[in-house]
Amino acid sequence: MKLRIFVTLKPGVLDPQGRAIHHALGSLGFAGVEDVRAGKLIEMQVADDTDDAAIDAMCRQLLANTVIENFRVERA
Amino acid sequence: MKTAVVVFPGSNCDRDLAVALETVTGVKPAMVWHGDTDLPDGLGVIAVPGGFSYGDYLRCGAIAARSPIMRAVAEAAGRGTPVLGVCNGFQVLTEAGLLPGALMRNAGLSFVCRDVALTVANGDTAFTRGYADGERVSFPVAHHDGNYFADADTLDRLEGEGRVAFRYGEPVNGSARDIAGIVNAAGNVLGMMPHPERRIEAAHGGTDGRRLFEGLLETVGA
Repeated sequence: MKLRIFVTLKPGVLDPQGRAIHHALGSLGFAGVEDVRAGKLIEMQVADDTDDAAIDAMCRQLLANTVIENFRVERA
Repeated sequence: MKTAVVVFPGSNCDRDLAVALETVTGVKPAMVWHGDTDLPDGLGVIAVPGGFSYGDYLRCGAIAARSPIMRAVAEAAGRGTPVLGVCNGFQVLTEAGLLPGALMRNAGLSFVCRDVALTVANGDTAFTRGYADGERVSFPVAHHDGNYFADADTLDRLEGEGRVAFRYGEPVNGSARDIAGIVNAAGNVLGMMPHPERRIEAAHGGTDGRRLFEGLLETVGA
C-alpha cells in the first residue's frame, strides 16, 4: 500500500518559508497570491495490512511534530 | 564530577562542550555515541551538543531525539540528573519531549552567526546560579532554526513558573517572547540556543559562559 502523508504547519504558526515564497512570486509579477504556506509530502510504501493505528502512531511519534504541525494521510 | 556528552552523526559542538566541562570539573567527560543504549553510572551532568545531527533531516533534532541513547537520557532526566542542551541539543530536547515547544526556522530566514546580548531571566535555576537575575551577558549564536514557538498557555506557564532562563536582549530569530533558553518543570533540564561553551576563556572574547558550567558544578555539589 502506498501512503502519502501531508505535513503542514498549524494555522497561526508563522511560516517564514511560505512568506519568502509569497514574496518571490510577487517579485515575478504574479498578482493575486494572497497567502502561501509551505509543507512536506512524505511518500511511503507499507505492508497492505498496516493498520490505521500504526500509521497514526508513525505520524505522531516521528513524521509530524504535533506542537507545530498537522498531518493528513492519503492512501493510494 | 563525572559528565557525559552525547554525540550524534553531525554533532559539531561536542568537543567544545567537552572542553568546557573538563575545564570546570577537571575530569574528561565520557563521549557517548548515539547508538549506545546506556550512559555511564553516576553522571553529574549530561550535555547534548550543537551541530546538525542527521543533517537536520525531517526536522532539526527529530531523528536524534529518537536515537537509542536518548531513551537513557530521558530516564536520567526523570531521575533528576541535570541535562544541558545547547543549540541543536535544545532542538533535540524539545523533539524528545523533555522540554515544551519547538524551534522553528528563524523569522528572517537567515542563518544567524554572531554574538548576541542576553538577559538572565532567572538567575535561580540549577544552571544559572552563577548569574544575577536580570544580568546582561553575551554569548555567540549560530543557528538557522532558533525561533522558539509554544502556544500562549505554555508560554504563560513558562513565564509564571520562572522557567525562562535566558532571553534575547536584541532581535535575533523571532522567538516567542524573546526566549533563548528554558528549563523543564523539575528544573533539571535546560535547553538554550546560544553557546555558553564558546565563552569560557578570555581568548574566546569573554568568559560569560564559564559561569554557567561553574554554577552547574556548584548545584551538583561535586
